[in-house]
Amino acid sequence: MSKVRVLVGTRKGAFILESDGKREKWDVSGPHFAGWEIFHMKGSPVDKDRIYVSQTSGWFGQIIQRSDDGGKTWFQPGTPAGEVNLSPEGFPMGESNKFVYDEAAAPLTTHMWYDGTQHPWEFKRVWHIEPSLSDPDTIFAGVEDAAMFRSKDGGKTWQEMAGLRGNGTGSQWAPGAGGLGLHTIIIDPSNEDRMYGAISSAGCFRTDDCCKTWKTITKGLTSLYIPDPNAEIGHCIHRIAMHPSRPNTLFMQKHWDVCRSDDAGESWYEVSGDLPSDFGFPIDVHAHEPNTVFVVPIKSDSEHYPPEGKLRVYRSKSGGMDWEPMTKGLPQENCYVNILRDAMCVDNLDDCGVYFGTTGGQVYASRNGGDTWDAIVRDLPPVLSVEVQVLK
Amino acid sequence: MPTIRVVLPTHLKTLSRVSGEVVLELDGVVTQRTVLDALEAKYPMLCGTIRDHVTKKRRAFIRFYACEQDFSNESPDAPLPEAVVNGSEPYLVVGAMAGG
Repeated sequence: MSKVRVLVGTRKGAFILESDGKREKWDVSGPHFAGWEIFHMKGSPVDKDRIYVSQTSGWFGQIIQRSDDGGKTWFQPGTPAGEVNLSPEGFPMGESNKFVYDEAAAPLTTHMWYDGTQHPWEFKRVWHIEPSLSDPDTIFAGVEDAAMFRSKDGGKTWQEMAGLRGNGTGSQWAPGAGGLGLHTIIIDPSNEDRMYGAISSAGCFRTDDCCKTWKTITKGLTSLYIPDPNAEIGHCIHRIAMHPSRPNTLFMQKHWDVCRSDDAGESWYEVSGDLPSDFGFPIDVHAHEPNTVFVVPIKSDSEHYPPEGKLRVYRSKSGGMDWEPMTKGLPQENCYVNILRDAMCVDNLDDCGVYFGTTGGQVYASRNGGDTWDAIVRDLPPVLSVEVQVLK
Repeated sequence: MPTIRVVLPTHLKTLSRVSGEVVLELDGVVTQRTVLDALEAKYPMLCGTIRDHVTKKRRAFIRFYACEQDFSNESPDAPLPEAVVNGSEPYLVVGAMAGG
C-alpha cells in the first residue's frame, strides 16, 4: 500500500506526518529544529528520502538542513570542494548557509524601499526550496532579498543564478509586507530549462534557458494599488500553480484577483468569478484534473482571515470563474486563521488528496479532492508551509 | 597559550552539538575577532549565525558580553579583558531580547 508523508514547516519547528494510503491515521514527529522558523521543507521527487529544509531565525540567520533518510536524521550539508569534509571535531563544514550574491555576474544594485528610496540588496533568508525534477543533488532556492540560488552538490554550496536579479527591473522591485522574497519557483516538467518565479512585490518572471535570462511576464495583470494600469513591475503575486500535464497553463493567486494564463505567462486574465473574496495566498491544481483549481479566500489584505469567520476552500472545476465552497469538516464559525502561500499542496493518489495548514496550527486534509476535510494535526505553531510526498 | 571560555545561546549549542561551555585555545592577542575566528574554525556550522559570512559584521540580534560589560559595539580588534584571557570569566554570545 502507498505511504504518504506530509512535511509541515512552522514558526517554531518542523513536523512530519505519516500515514498509509488511506490517509486516515497519522503519526506526527517533531518538532524538528525546535524554536526555529521553518519557512519551507521539500523532498526530492527523484529520491523521496532526500528532504531539504530552510531553517531560519532573526537572531542566527539562515541554515540549510538535509535528511537522506526521510526525516529520521538531519545534517547541514557543506563541504567546500577540495577541502576536508569534516571539522577537526568531526562536524560537517559550514558552507551550506552561505548565500552570497554574485556581484560579478550582476552588480549588486538597489531595489525600491517602502518610502520610495533605493535600498541595498541584503540576503535575509530562504523562502522556498525547489528540488530538481531529475537530480537529487540539484536544488533551487528562492531567497529574500529576491534572488535565485542553485546548489548542484546537495546543498553543500550555493551559487546565485544572477540573471533574475539582474534582469534590468530590479531597481523597481519593492518588498511586500513580508519582505522582498522569491517565494514561487516552478519547473516545467516538459522542459526543465523553463522555470517560473514570482516575487512579492515585484511580479512574475520566466526563464527559458535555465536561469541565465529572465523575462517579466505580467501582461494583463492589473493591481488597484498601482496607478499605471499597464505597469510591468510592482504586482504582488502571492502564488502560482501549474498542472504538470499542461505546463503552459498557469493559475495565480494575486494580492487581489485570481488569474490564469494559457500561454506560459505571456498574458493573464482574471478568473475570480463568484469568489466571496479574491484576496488570498495559496492556490493549487488537482493532481488528475488540470482544470480543477483550489483557493482559500481571505477577507482582505488587512483582515487576514476567512470571510464571515468561515474557513472555506473554494474549488473550480472549470479552470476558474465558477467556484464552489468546500466546507464539510472545516470550521464554519468563529474561524480567524490565515493560510499562507506555501501552505497548500496536493498528492497524486487515485483519489487526489489536498492539504493545507493554518496560522492557527491546524493541518487539514481532504482525501477526496476537496469534498470533505479532517484536521490531521492541530495546535501546532503557526504553519508556514505544507508539502506532501507519496512514497510508493 | 590563552584558554578562552565561550558561552553560546541554546540554539547555537544545539547547532554545534555542544552541551556546556566551549573552550578555545588562542595564540597571540585575544580580541573579539580572534575569539570568533577560532570559534568558527572549531565549529564551522556556526559560520554565518553570529557574524555575516562575508563582512564579518555582528548579526543585528546578537550581543557580546564579558565581565558584566557589553562589547557588542566595541572594535572587534580591541583586546578583551584579562579575566577573559586567563579564563576566569567567559565570553558570552547572547541572543538579544527581541520580539516583544
